[in-house]
Amino acid sequence: MKRPLVLLALLAAFLVALPAFVGPYVLSVATLILYFAYTGQAWNVMMGFAGQLSLGHSLYVGVGAYAAGALFYHYGIGPWAGLWVAIALCVAFGLVIGFLAFRFGISGVYFALLTIAFAEFTRIGFDHLAWTGGPGGMFLKVEQRETWDLANFRGPPLMYYYTMLVLAAGAFALCAALMRSRAGYYWQAIRENEEAAQALGIHTFRWKMAAVALSAAMTAVSGVFFAFYYNNLFPEQIFHISRSIEIILGPIIGGLGTLFGPILGAAVLTVLSDGITELLAALGVEIPGIKQVFYGLLLLVVVIFLPHGIWPPIARKLRL
Amino acid sequence: MDASLVANVVAAGVLTGLVYGLMALGLSVIFGVVRVVNFAHGEMMTVAMYAAAALFAAWGLDPFLAMAPVALAFFVFGYLLQAGLINPFITRPEHSQFMLLVAVAIIMVNALLMIFGPDARNVQVDYQLESFEIGPLLLDKARAYAAAAALAGAAALFAFFRFTLTGKAIRACADNWLGAKVVGLNVKRLYALTFGLGAACVAVAGCAMVLLVDVTPPLGPYYTLLAFVIVIVGGLGSMGGALLGGVLIGVSEALAGLFITPSAKSMFSFGLLILVLLLRPQGLLGQRT
Repeated sequence: MKRPLVLLALLAAFLVALPAFVGPYVLSVATLILYFAYTGQAWNVMMGFAGQLSLGHSLYVGVGAYAAGALFYHYGIGPWAGLWVAIALCVAFGLVIGFLAFRFGISGVYFALLTIAFAEFTRIGFDHLAWTGGPGGMFLKVEQRETWDLANFRGPPLMYYYTMLVLAAGAFALCAALMRSRAGYYWQAIRENEEAAQALGIHTFRWKMAAVALSAAMTAVSGVFFAFYYNNLFPEQIFHISRSIEIILGPIIGGLGTLFGPILGAAVLTVLSDGITELLAALGVEIPGIKQVFYGLLLLVVVIFLPHGIWPPIARKLRL
Repeated sequence: MDASLVANVVAAGVLTGLVYGLMALGLSVIFGVVRVVNFAHGEMMTVAMYAAAALFAAWGLDPFLAMAPVALAFFVFGYLLQAGLINPFITRPEHSQFMLLVAVAIIMVNALLMIFGPDARNVQVDYQLESFEIGPLLLDKARAYAAAAALAGAAALFAFFRFTLTGKAIRACADNWLGAKVVGLNVKRLYALTFGLGAACVAVAGCAMVLLVDVTPPLGPYYTLLAFVIVIVGGLGSMGGALLGGVLIGVSEALAGLFITPSAKSMFSFGLLILVLLLRPQGLLGQRT
């Protein structure tokens, strides 16, 4: 019990101190890693804990981003108020999908495809929604980058980094607590064998709905961050299925259902992706698509040789 | 609105839908037997389309003649993919299979981008500008031939599963995996054969489709989603359902393009998918398991 805590404290200290030693580029990469770690953690609640495979998590990122973004854009309502609207909307979306799917006994591949269908449906819907700019996108005003304006969530890159660090740490703590809670054990029981869980008296429908709601709410926060970090939103980008895949790569590569998996997976994938870009630039290779081919090949290798992800073997080595 | 215009649009939708149907048939057969969802299906379709376009550009080979070599190459590729990569994954959980095929799909799309660049490719043959006149209907010749080829491909597959011993053996694997093993069938080899056949279906559909639309790498993920929609609407694992689903989606896309706006056409497909999943999750022609 002691070793994990020491390592965790070291990691936390490292991440808090990091901005003092690195330039703006590394800071932006680190922010991205934390973003994916957080979002992956949110997805992991549904898949890693409760065993419900969602391939449409871009839906919640997009709805969260557009909700908070549009309120700010049209009415000047700040992100802190918008956050709650975003969360409420995403939970509503999640509950509708969950209700329809679980009531009708849709699970496994069919559930996964249903989540894709809803995300795509919403993407095309936003493409035709003039209020949010349609396919041309919605642009939030970029201003005062120097000082920390937390009320409007405007500030230097450092502010976004620490925000994401707090979110990722919060999600980690929440998931750690959940894993050892009644809810966590119920979810794991449902994941391992739903019929057995039901026979033991677990109200599986209710607990699956709870997992979807929590996961959607957490992902909504990612969306709000996305809106105010990037300041421009396009349905084609934010709702696209490749965004959903990006979200789930981290936890799966890192280790499904583990606490460190999403963090490690996000770090490995982001560094890998940037590393390949740098390497190809250094070699002077400029062929569109070559980077993604390497990425795909590496993914293939990891999926084939580390079926449970990168984290479990490391955890064993470190005797955690 | 003019009734003959609607009739023409519906007819074109049916013909395109049959090509969609053959593409989806490949996915349906693979899922029905191997129980693995081929997330690289649309990407395979675009590879076939590029292959046909490249053969046409190099030797002026008509896409209908290209069907034979492309289908053969795809059969071998599909067989090896299943035997080498996917067979070890059939006992792994769904998300693991999903990741494997997503990686394959990423490699395919971007390899196409590397080789052919981002510009659209197409083929231009004389009969694309001609049409059959049947009463008030005007059918594009290319579209009619493509649909005929799709029907022929589907019929050949039906016949294979219905009348040959190997086809029967594959159906036995689909019905009862353990039973098939007990009676001495080489299940893994039959799985590879099935994946090869599914890939060959996609190859034929791709060669036909390149006559109807321009091909670009991003078309791959779009076709993957489309194939899912079609097989779920028709019923995963049901061969007739895949064709029926293809026609339904083809017609609904064509009508949505006519009455609303072409960019909203896939919203109808996804709407249809959501409705079917909720009201009849086994699909229109599927059997409840």
